[in-house]
Amino acid sequence: MIPLYFKHAFRDIFKNRLLNASSVITIAFSVVITSSFILFLVNTTDMLNLWKKEIKIMVYLHPEVPGEIIPEIQKKISGMYGVQDVRFISKGEAIEILKEQMKRQSSLLENLKENPLPDAFEIRMIPSSRPWEKIESLAAQIDAIPQVEEIEYGQKWLTRFSYIIKMFKLTGFALGILFFIASVFIVANTVRLVLYTRREEIEIMRLVGASDGFIKVPFYIECIIQGALGGIIGLTILYLVFVSVLSNVEQGVTSGFINVKFFSFGIMSLILLCSMFTGWLGCFLSLKQFLKTA
Amino acid sequence: MSNGNSENSLIRMFHVYRRYGKYSALFDINFDVQKNELVFINGPSGAGKTTLLKLLYLGEPASEGQILIDGINLSRLSKNKIPLMRRNFGIIFQEFKLIPTKTVFENVALVPEAAGKSWRLVQKKVSSVLRAVGMEDKQNAFPLTLSGGEQQRVAIARAVAGDPKIILADEPTGSLDAESAGMIMELLKGFHTRGSTVIIATHDTELIRKTGGRTVYLKQGRMQQPSTLQ
Repeated sequence: MIPLYFKHAFRDIFKNRLLNASSVITIAFSVVITSSFILFLVNTTDMLNLWKKEIKIMVYLHPEVPGEIIPEIQKKISGMYGVQDVRFISKGEAIEILKEQMKRQSSLLENLKENPLPDAFEIRMIPSSRPWEKIESLAAQIDAIPQVEEIEYGQKWLTRFSYIIKMFKLTGFALGILFFIASVFIVANTVRLVLYTRREEIEIMRLVGASDGFIKVPFYIECIIQGALGGIIGLTILYLVFVSVLSNVEQGVTSGFINVKFFSFGIMSLILLCSMFTGWLGCFLSLKQFLKTA
Repeated sequence: MSNGNSENSLIRMFHVYRRYGKYSALFDINFDVQKNELVFINGPSGAGKTTLLKLLYLGEPASEGQILIDGINLSRLSKNKIPLMRRNFGIIFQEFKLIPTKTVFENVALVPEAAGKSWRLVQKKVSSVLRAVGMEDKQNAFPLTLSGGEQQRVAIARAVAGDPKIILADEPTGSLDAESAGMIMELLKGFHTRGSTVIIATHDTELIRKTGGRTVYLKQGRMQQPSTLQ
């Protein structure tokens, strides 16, 4: 019975190839648009995560903090959840590092009457505690220590960058939903058109004792194949565009600095499944309505 | 209107009505058909012959009354059992109702395929029924390339491809010339002789006279006694 359904489905796809092509193109177009956003997000999220891995928290102490309580503060911070190690950088060490970094302007620093830099701690986090929320929570705990004057971990630009990514996520999600609805609508209308052109055939099938399942299954197979074809075509177009854009961009980007990659096999399978589901849903909606009224 | 005992009845209709709004197509029909019987439903156009057949194959529901097919009450049949019930019938229409985009073979194969038969059995059955109606050499042809008589023979092959208990024919010779009509009637008579129950709706009294068989008369939706006929 199943090979028979496939035989009927393939024959019908061929017979109504122009109508079916419109569904396939719509699904492919939706896949290209939605997947472009997903591809951008996957890469920027990876980039952001990579930057977050490099993050060190710098804790600057008040100038009047007495030296004897510094080990106590260091111990306190070391005991906090997610902290891998805490290195104390005295104001003296800090000015030496600054002098080293500003060799040409060393005279400027030598003329200073007193060292303006504060004592500080450099904190590294254990890898599992690097998610943004955990960094923020740790920073808040450290900030609560009275001797701490300021904390710095690149929060301003990272927050801004995270916000932009969040906006892209929302736009991608909204566009995804929009194109999904449009695709379902177009597939449903294509199936409806095919059903109306085959109305008499369906009536005859019913008269000779065909069950609704016998009539419906080839349509479902047809629409799932359309969805799969749309998905494959969409992903192929996206891949070709990706490769061509990357080959132009790579010339201007230092190799290894940004590791841009295409979808993994898992994500591609998921996109393919979604496009097949789109085809199935369009078919389901049309058949449900048609067989009820026919 | 019955013939023979009710225990041997394949079809029983009790006080059946069919109404379309205020218009009634059938009034108080009481009708029995025995197993292996050949029955003609005769009457002028608009008498309700087609409606009567539609009620039997569940093309339409009865507005009132009971219809029993092989002991099963059609009014109590659930929607998902309708396809199964329809497989008891082989239906032949005046306008053939063949699917123009399918070949002769595919049109006939539809019936055993819908019944879930294996491809090997489908091929065997289709070849056998096409041979029986003399159309085995046209199995790859499309219906519109055939003559009316040939299309009706294909329709008969499709009707018998599911080994139905009852063959229903609605004006099967209505669109055919005399020679083709005679051939079709011979085929239907042949199936009856081999044990099928055949019900033929026709307005052609000459055809009934030539073929022979029990005849019931319909006039303006009412079943007539032979004595009331004019």
